[in-house]
Amino acid sequence: MADSASPSPVHRDTTEKLAQLKHLPPEGFLRTHVFSLDHKVIGKQYLDMALVAVIVGMVLSWLMRFHLGFPETPVPGLGTIAPSSGAGGVMTPELYLSLMTMHGTIMVFFVLTTAPFAGFGNFFLPIQVGAEDMAFPRFNMMSFWVTFVGFLVLLAAFLVPEGAPISGWTAYAPLSAVGKDAGPGLGLGQTLWAVSIALFCVGQLLGSLNFITTTLDLRTKGMSLARMPFSTWAWFITSIIGLIAFSVLLPACVLLFLDRVGGTSFFIPAGLVISDRLQPHSGGSPLLWQHLFWFFGHPEVYIAILPGFGIVSHVLPAFARKPVLGPRLLIGCMAAIGFLSYTVWGHHMFLSGMNPFSATLFSVPTLVITIPATIVVLLWIGTLYGARLRFTTAALFCIGFISVFVSGGISGFFLAQPSIDTYLHGTYFVVGHFHFVMGVAAMFGIFAGTYFWFPKMYGRMMNETLGKWHFVLTFIGVYCIFMPMHYLGLAGNVRRYSAFTDEYMKGSLPLHRFITYAALVTGAVQILFFINLFWSRFRGAVAPENPWEATTLEWSTSSPPPFDNFGTWHPVVYRGPDEYGVEGPSGDFRMQAVPDRGGKGAPA
Amino acid sequence: MGKLFAVLLTIITAVSMYIFLSRTWWLPHDISVLGHGIDHQLMETLVESGILFVAAQLVLAAFVWRFGGDGDGRAIKTFPGGAIPMVVIATLLVGGEVLALTLVGTKVWSSIYQAPPDPNALRIDVLAEQFAFYFRYSGADGRFGTIHPELIDEGNGNIYGLDPANDTTARDDIVSASLVVPVNHPILLSMHAKDVGHAFYVPALRIQQDFVPGLLIPLQFTATQPAKEEIVCTQLCGLGHYNMRGYLEVMPQEEFDQWLADQASN
Amino acid sequence: MSTANPVITSSPSRTGVWVGIAAITMSFAAFTSAMVVRQGAAPDWLHFRLPPLLYLNTVILLASSATLERCRRRAASGAGPAAAIPWLAASITLGLLFVVGQALAWRDLAAQGLYLATGPSSAFFYLLTAVHAIHLLGGVVALIYVWFRLVRTEANNVPSALGATVLYWHFVGVLWLYLLLILAIRL
Repeated sequence: MADSASPSPVHRDTTEKLAQLKHLPPEGFLRTHVFSLDHKVIGKQYLDMALVAVIVGMVLSWLMRFHLGFPETPVPGLGTIAPSSGAGGVMTPELYLSLMTMHGTIMVFFVLTTAPFAGFGNFFLPIQVGAEDMAFPRFNMMSFWVTFVGFLVLLAAFLVPEGAPISGWTAYAPLSAVGKDAGPGLGLGQTLWAVSIALFCVGQLLGSLNFITTTLDLRTKGMSLARMPFSTWAWFITSIIGLIAFSVLLPACVLLFLDRVGGTSFFIPAGLVISDRLQPHSGGSPLLWQHLFWFFGHPEVYIAILPGFGIVSHVLPAFARKPVLGPRLLIGCMAAIGFLSYTVWGHHMFLSGMNPFSATLFSVPTLVITIPATIVVLLWIGTLYGARLRFTTAALFCIGFISVFVSGGISGFFLAQPSIDTYLHGTYFVVGHFHFVMGVAAMFGIFAGTYFWFPKMYGRMMNETLGKWHFVLTFIGVYCIFMPMHYLGLAGNVRRYSAFTDEYMKGSLPLHRFITYAALVTGAVQILFFINLFWSRFRGAVAPENPWEATTLEWSTSSPPPFDNFGTWHPVVYRGPDEYGVEGPSGDFRMQAVPDRGGKGAPA
Repeated sequence: MGKLFAVLLTIITAVSMYIFLSRTWWLPHDISVLGHGIDHQLMETLVESGILFVAAQLVLAAFVWRFGGDGDGRAIKTFPGGAIPMVVIATLLVGGEVLALTLVGTKVWSSIYQAPPDPNALRIDVLAEQFAFYFRYSGADGRFGTIHPELIDEGNGNIYGLDPANDTTARDDIVSASLVVPVNHPILLSMHAKDVGHAFYVPALRIQQDFVPGLLIPLQFTATQPAKEEIVCTQLCGLGHYNMRGYLEVMPQEEFDQWLADQASN
Repeated sequence: MSTANPVITSSPSRTGVWVGIAAITMSFAAFTSAMVVRQGAAPDWLHFRLPPLLYLNTVILLASSATLERCRRRAASGAGPAAAIPWLAASITLGLLFVVGQALAWRDLAAQGLYLATGPSSAFFYLLTAVHAIHLLGGVVALIYVWFRLVRTEANNVPSALGATVLYWHFVGVLWLYLLLILAIRL
């Protein structure tokens, strides 16, 4: 099966049979656009949902930043939206915490996981391996709709009387488990959070199942594993990580849910007195939640970032006009990162009272994981050497990705060491670190993917001038927002505070104001992107089949592709994905599906 | 476009490093025995990762400057030596750094958390609750009274849930809202939480430790100079988290003894 | 057993089931580790004797695996759907019977005063049996789907979903044996 020089006839037969069964053209609006089985529609649905989610998440961060910079100044309109907790426009501490919890949850789950992995992955993985669709289109449709319901359930937490949860995206027990005695937002809001994340896990498990099976079983003739594009590799590795990670978070959410509504004591120890009430629980372990959560939580970082690795490795060569340096090494490093991501979760818990010796044990793989990450970065930089760089917006976002990933990765050196973490844990240094490395870097990957693939998805080009302005301003903006957070952290400025009333933190206010200005401006810059996105969707220049002179299979079909991806043509793959800087029939590249002498549609 | 980006990236790198080096926002003064070890480790990491940061960003900028544009018809070039030298460099450089940092860092870490408790240490029982810290001294008998969660009654002033009526060891326990300690004397905190997770963070002491409900967590430190510092909570604990604060007062031994005697007589 | 029909062997549904098995195994590994941690976290673990009915349920579930295996072989032998469907029906019935038996075991436990919130041991009992039953009912739905496919296909043509579902069903049976073991003994 893996050896594709001569794929077994059985394999082809099955594929064709499946194709016959699956590819009855959809009829009616509902089947075509809503409950669609087409992986391309599902991918777009994921991306559209992520777009809504990212706007919500960004607005939440504006409100938080505004409050941190100007704690006494009323936010216009806040009193109307949140009459009780935002009375007069000045937010209460619990409103701040609920915005923070929802910002983190929405961004990590419904943006950074859905857009680069489920969104682009759904649209392009089947096309890149030459399949007509995913292996299980019905599961695929369920995957999106379950995730979507999870998103709605999460948003519903804003509407319940006690408000949205305030326990952070990590939902540490017992704060998240004991119910409303512990404070506002910890009643129904927190229960909805647990349900939402459980649904999200189910959705992503169904998605991962499809990604893995499609990659293994539905590759077209000639598409050996070694010939798969880097983006496919990244999605494949990510889906394996996701399969394991979400399989653990799901039970954790079930246990949390039972502690909240079933009266059990998985995470709640005996003898807790909350709001002067002795809690009717006994014997649970708060650290159990932390272990289960971070066993998922750390790999989740790589679920967010590895698709970005794939996109950069896929897009950069097309604009550098040369192959990636060390392609096998690159894939090996991605796989190594995926594997190592399961050995490091304890570094989030250095200060949790765990055995100090295990802190040392967790510290080592955490530092070791920087080696494959460094190699990947060096391979990208090495790819730029001697290149003929075309500065499209997509290429710029790839280069920007490398820069911000380096910045975020290097601050990880500090936090990986327990002795330094003792000082920096729980400060803005951590906030700066993870926003760079998984927030901004992953967003840059999403931007690169959008500017690169938009023509294929919608059949129209995006505006490059607007795109370049978007890039330059965003690039400056993210450094202005997140670099100063490292300085704040060094000064001991604590995170998750709605106001800095402590003497020693008051000196940080000017820097917080600066970050607030930067965040508001950078957020406003994103309007350029939204305008570009909507304008181009309907008015952009019509896209040719292969606007970037790229090589992989998605560029061998029309823009946008027909509903069965290649029409009557069955693509056959003749070479690897990275043949740039060579003499080809139509320029300095050779496409995967074009044989040496003939044109498209050569014998199967 | 490439040259513009290269200039931009160089400026960003320079400004970022300048602010680090200017120490405008920097660690507070260090008042603990272990602090200099942590500071030293931090500085070492800062220098090494600073070099890596500047080198990576500048090489990226230089390549983008140099290899931009495809209009001149030049041929592409492969990186000299291919991928293998990269791997060797990455493994040696980063691997070496990792190894060095781990070895030194482990020593610092174990000096804080793996050192056996000093027998002469002053033992203080720390209780964290929404949203305050309380500190209990054992009093003349050197023993702490047993905690009964069901007896906790804030209105009554029984913050710890002690039972002085039946428990003789509890009668002379001293409960304080501030952590008062003698200078240059090892302190052993015994930390527990009443309700949800909290954390104990004193930047000037360079220590931070979670309170985990259900667990009794030890933490040692020795303060080296008289000071008054804020203790803040760094583990999200509810709506008053931002305002959960206590004070650490380090004073000379005689003053401390006097303070303790005053407390006992109250 | 997979050599009987090469078309089934390489089908995506079979790969999919293997991937699904990996995910479910991981989930139950997480539950198991939670159980180990919880038993060590506090001395409040009340170990109780499992309702004897569970052992009868176990026999029923094993029997359903046997009848389903029989169904798969009949279908693969080219005897046509008519020869396989009775065995399929028997398997579905036995599967549903198992779920009913589990529900009766719950009532038995409740009658002893052991509820979800009574203690950690009963909490894990209800939780694990319920999660297992959900997975089993998923298998029943898949078997009903296979039934429709069998009825609609011509003789000598085995739907690939059959082989995959049989694999899944066996897995759910093995999973039950594992759960029975960790519930019966103290880890």
